[in-house]
Amino acid sequence: MLRYIIKRLAYGLLTIWFIATATFFAMHAVPGDPFNSAKAATPQLRENLRARYGLDKPVGEQYLLYLGNMLQGDFGISFTQENRRVNDIIREHFPVSAILGVVALLIASVGGIAGGAVAAYWHNRLPDRLLMMAVVLAISIPSFVIAALAQLLIVQANDLSGRSLLPVAGWGSLSHLWVPALVLGLGTMAYLARLMRSSMLDVMNTDYVLTARAKGLGTWQIFWRHQLRNALLPVVTELGPTIAAITTGGFVVELIFAIPGLGRYFVQAVQQLDYTVIMGTTVFYGAFLVLIVVLVDLLYGVIDPRIRLHGGQR
Amino acid sequence: MRKCIVATVVICLLFPTFVLAGAVNAQEQRITLSLATEPPSLDTALATDQISSFLLAHLMEGLVQYGPAGELVPAMAERWEVREGGATFWLRKNAVWSDGKPVTAEHFVYAWRRALDPATASQYAFILFPIKNAEAVNRGELPVEKLGVEALGNYRLEVRFDKPCPYFAKLTAFMTFFPARQDVVERWGRAHAADADKMIFNGPFILTRWIHGARLTLTRNPRYWNADAIRLQEIDLPYITTDPGTHYNLYKDNRIALAPLDASTLSDALSKGYETHLFDFGTLYFLEMNFREDRPTRNLALRKAIQSVLNPSLLVYKVLGLPGVKPAYSLFPSSMRAGEGVVFSEHYPPPVVNYDIAQAQRYLAQAKRELGDIPPLTLLVGDSPRAVNEAEFYQYVLKQSLGLETRLDQQTFKQRISKMRRGEFDIAAAGWGPDFDDPITFGDLFASWNENNRGRFADDDYDAAVRQAQRSLDPAVRLKAFDRMQQIISEQVVIIPTYENVGLYVQHPQLMGVRRSIFGGDPNYRYAWVKP
Repeated sequence: MLRYIIKRLAYGLLTIWFIATATFFAMHAVPGDPFNSAKAATPQLRENLRARYGLDKPVGEQYLLYLGNMLQGDFGISFTQENRRVNDIIREHFPVSAILGVVALLIASVGGIAGGAVAAYWHNRLPDRLLMMAVVLAISIPSFVIAALAQLLIVQANDLSGRSLLPVAGWGSLSHLWVPALVLGLGTMAYLARLMRSSMLDVMNTDYVLTARAKGLGTWQIFWRHQLRNALLPVVTELGPTIAAITTGGFVVELIFAIPGLGRYFVQAVQQLDYTVIMGTTVFYGAFLVLIVVLVDLLYGVIDPRIRLHGGQR
Repeated sequence: MRKCIVATVVICLLFPTFVLAGAVNAQEQRITLSLATEPPSLDTALATDQISSFLLAHLMEGLVQYGPAGELVPAMAERWEVREGGATFWLRKNAVWSDGKPVTAEHFVYAWRRALDPATASQYAFILFPIKNAEAVNRGELPVEKLGVEALGNYRLEVRFDKPCPYFAKLTAFMTFFPARQDVVERWGRAHAADADKMIFNGPFILTRWIHGARLTLTRNPRYWNADAIRLQEIDLPYITTDPGTHYNLYKDNRIALAPLDASTLSDALSKGYETHLFDFGTLYFLEMNFREDRPTRNLALRKAIQSVLNPSLLVYKVLGLPGVKPAYSLFPSSMRAGEGVVFSEHYPPPVVNYDIAQAQRYLAQAKRELGDIPPLTLLVGDSPRAVNEAEFYQYVLKQSLGLETRLDQQTFKQRISKMRRGEFDIAAAGWGPDFDDPITFGDLFASWNENNRGRFADDDYDAAVRQAQRSLDPAVRLKAFDRMQQIISEQVVIIPTYENVGLYVQHPQLMGVRRSIFGGDPNYRYAWVKP
């Protein structure tokens, strides 16, 4: 077990190194540099800037310097937010994205699993049809449309009721959280519902469910103890990347609801070629994803006792 | 137990537990606003963007500032004098920093030296270049102590020039000229401009809260020398997003007191019956021609042909269709002032271009005789929806009326600037906003030595006119020089001016006294108040 974890983590480190290297060189291949403002008046001004941020050194040397600093956990100073360290940006803004992501994920998992189970239970009947239609809508409408619509609805509702039912945008209290989280989790919820539905349908016709029924167990007990738990496995597989995607991919939702999450910094950094922030956030996200995937692998063992984590044994 | 927790969470989620402040509060004289982005830096030496400029204009104060009609009025300096070889500023004795220490001439000397120090790497260092030895200091050839600025006692600042600079007083209203305190900068390092509790101010407001990426709060500074004139007690900025729809929705929900409008929110605002306002940014948009050796646009006849078919009024009224946006015909925006109360375009109207397809085709025939076949022209443009619309218009007109092929090169802002600088275009869509209130901020753009002259236009007559406008203290001579510039720009088709941009916005009816100004930080809420 321990050996397995160590092995996975070692591979993870390799992946992160690869991400860091690929990002570094891809970034430097893009034309222009962070100081390409409309108004750099003399070559001297640009030289001064490049010297200050070490961009005057050869790319190879910059790369080694960068890797060295990264190993010490220092991502450097933002090029565009001159007075902030990348570490501080991640430390202050990732928790915001994470809180939003976790709530979104809770909504998505509960809704998705329940929805899928319900649809499977009333397979090919009205609840199933309605749910699957909603699922198609939720998957195909992009989140920026849903987010903008949701915001518009809040404005209308506040206007009609004459008081502030929900905040339109911003951050700082529970009530700020809940619409953005729902919007953010909606796509995932729909996807999970579909996955759960087909997985449930598979499980429903297996021998052990028939046996359980033959034993005379109640419908509820069969559902809870035999069907749900077995049907969850594919969902858990999907959950790993989903967690990472949701906690890191809320950029549009963060933008529309004016939420100070990390996604915004990441996208802004790419637009402004803010090298250090691009590197810091990419490596951080990469590490986060790797960690989650390892955790999900471990979780398999808990859910399904048949899966044993002895790497290499046959 | 578990059920209890679940129930609590559900109740918390269902029932809002917040108290939101409204857009305006007359009793407490408080307003709430939003920002497009977090200020990248509130370091006066490093700040370059519009958001930082807006905030610094409320937190800090330079030697002079702009009054309601755009005239210069005393600020940290009570009076000043600009001569041929230099300038003197007499500082007021009642100005103090937010920690109670007096603002002295030494604080300006330190700030200006710091901005020019190559180690600071200020992008706006060039705006200080009229000061003697400034360029050499910035190149690292001279120590900062050699900069031509000196504190004579606590309240007198002496500036020497490299060459005459008649508009120097206007420059000092710009944020790079704001004072700084050596003890504070050195004590806190980077944090002196990033953490609210480590910053000090000499302006009408102090920054009492800065939660990065989320919220800034400005509170009235009781120690400001002119505090009696400041009525707002607090400006709260709890929303930061670049999404224009969100700003407008916040305005509709009565959360913020002012919101910009774009084409999509404008129609809703009109249908709601909101009073919409216009603000002229004084920004010029134009097509820049590439004069480098290997480029077909180096040919005058070809440029003339293009100029004769691209009518800015068609673009503005048929394609852009936004209220307030004006077609442009000159290098100098129509509202540009050239001295106290003198609107340049009223004295010297823009050159007249004859939009004539037959004439254009004659120019084109001439160009073809001189160049042979004309290859497809590379049209370098931005990637915003508006930029794409514009580009398609240019492409269509050039094809229809002249049979010229164009290849669109759409780039994000940074890449577009980079390609322009390297000369990888035939025609580039560009824009320029003024840095200070003098036509030279546009005029010297096409001087042969200017780094921002990306088409590499070089003309001795033009350079001579720029030098004259830079050095002469005689307003009439300067006006003539500016007129010469706009004529050459049009005759040589250095650029084809296309339009002047304006901002549309909605403002809370109870919010009074907001000043919109092109220079010195915008919008200006210094003298704003909330009507009961």
